Amino acid sequence: MTATKATTERRPRRPVRRRGDRIFAGSAQGAGILILVILAGVAAFLVIESLPALTAPAEEIPGGEGVGAYVAPLLFGTLLAAVIALLVATPLAVAIALFVTHYAPRRLAAGLGYLVDLLAAIPSIVYGFWGIFWLAPKLVPFYRWLEENLGFVPLFAGPTSATGRTMLTAGLVLAVMILPIISAISREVFQQVPTLHREAALALGATRWEMIRMAVIPYGKSGVIGGAMLGLGRALGETLAIALVLSVSGGITLNLISSGNPSTVAANVALEFPESSGLDINTLIASGLALFLITFAVNMLARWIVNRRADFSGAN
Amino acid sequence: MAKRIDCSDVNIYYGDFLAVENVTVSIEPRSVTALIGPSGCGKSTFLRALNRMHEVIPGARVEGKIAMDGQDLYGPDADPVAVRRQIGMVFQRPNPFPTMSIYDNVAAGLRLNSKKLKKSDLDDLVERSLRGANLWNEVKDRLNRPGSGLSGGQQQRLCIARAIAVEPDVLLMDEPCSALDPISTLAIEDLMADLKDRFTIVIVTHNMQQAARVSEQTGFFNLNGVGQPGRLIEFNPTEKIFSNPDQKATEDYISGRFG
Repeated sequence: MTATKATTERRPRRPVRRRGDRIFAGSAQGAGILILVILAGVAAFLVIESLPALTAPAEEIPGGEGVGAYVAPLLFGTLLAAVIALLVATPLAVAIALFVTHYAPRRLAAGLGYLVDLLAAIPSIVYGFWGIFWLAPKLVPFYRWLEENLGFVPLFAGPTSATGRTMLTAGLVLAVMILPIISAISREVFQQVPTLHREAALALGATRWEMIRMAVIPYGKSGVIGGAMLGLGRALGETLAIALVLSVSGGITLNLISSGNPSTVAANVALEFPESSGLDINTLIASGLALFLITFAVNMLARWIVNRRADFSGAN
Repeated sequence: MAKRIDCSDVNIYYGDFLAVENVTVSIEPRSVTALIGPSGCGKSTFLRALNRMHEVIPGARVEGKIAMDGQDLYGPDADPVAVRRQIGMVFQRPNPFPTMSIYDNVAAGLRLNSKKLKKSDLDDLVERSLRGANLWNEVKDRLNRPGSGLSGGQQQRLCIARAIAVEPDVLLMDEPCSALDPISTLAIEDLMADLKDRFTIVIVTHNMQQAARVSEQTGFFNLNGVGQPGRLIEFNPTEKIFSNPDQKATEDYISGRFG
């Protein structure tokens, strides 16, 4: 409003601004614009390169039933693995963060926090090896038990994979990978809960757990959701660990413990790309475009959830 | 409801540092007791020792005896959580829970104490507490809005409503008006005059006129120098403290000849 008014005056009065301020504002703005440019570049590349696959006749797409039929199981597998990972990792990460910030003795807390952060630095191929050679065989007896006792649940219908390289194993490996991200961010936000609010709860006669429930968790909630979204981003995009761990054959199924699993977008691209050419590559890129859009949608959803109660976020 | 507090030979530490030395005092029920003194003299520390909030700080501890109507607050069986439910506290800076609505802020302590309150009972208690804090008329149409949207004075009265909602025996106030403008301060002082019929009130204040206005008894804390422990120099009826104190140090502080 004021800016348009100022330009219509003959001698626009511009507020005095220091050079340092202008430089800083300019560079910050530049950084912000750069992000948009990169994002737009990636999106444009994905769209342009997927177009041949999207417009090609269905028979020419690998599988012979069109792009939709090709991408759907991949997207399903990606989301399923990521959701398993998120469901397992988030409560655990929040519990670790609470323990480190509010329960552990100070010296133990520092060491433990450091160890969890270290998990984030392990390359994903190491997790892949760990998953395939150590975790998967160890989980087979557990899967057998699930099939025998909870086989009536579609998730555990079986037949149990003999190698343990199942969707559930993949999800668990992903959970371990995203755990440090979520817990590091949760730890930071829990540490920043003002003493005033914690003392307000204690002075009302809250036990430590009640204080955490009244003051700490609500205050840190948006941060935890943000951390979970970062973790989800990593889980959706994870390539090598999934490519190693998951035994792929077959399409969409909710059966988590059998050897017939849908692959994930990223793992499928990594495995198929070396032997692809022409339209096959366009199809792979189309699957990447789908993942890009899904990630976008998930992030918007998370943002919306956080903002819905922005008045109550504690940031004001 | 209102109960008396007897302290004898209370020493309060932060780690190895002795912050308050040898306080012996009796705080009368159904009255306002003011604690005055220069910054760093230990009056807030002493206040926080009364409801066991002092020990929340790592390494902090209290020695000596503090009893409320004969019940030893620091006895081997005393549960600090139970003590804090009996002795409410209002802090220097208004601290409503920012993630809760006005209603939920007042109900917070009630929900801790008795989980199975009926909605209508809870509504009544919330309304009664907000009326008790002279806030009801200002917030009754926005009970579901965040408490952090209120003005500073309203937030402080919300904190008072939250504290009195659980019907404590004693209400501690740590400089409750130091962040407020004179009109909000007056509102809170009026409120204290109402509340002292039901509660034992102990208030820490830097404002000597305020101590003179609201309190029946006044305690003057002082310290000999930086790094020395604070001590209770004089404890007398407010009228006497402000007209004819027993101690020279009290008179110097009150009349501004301090230093």
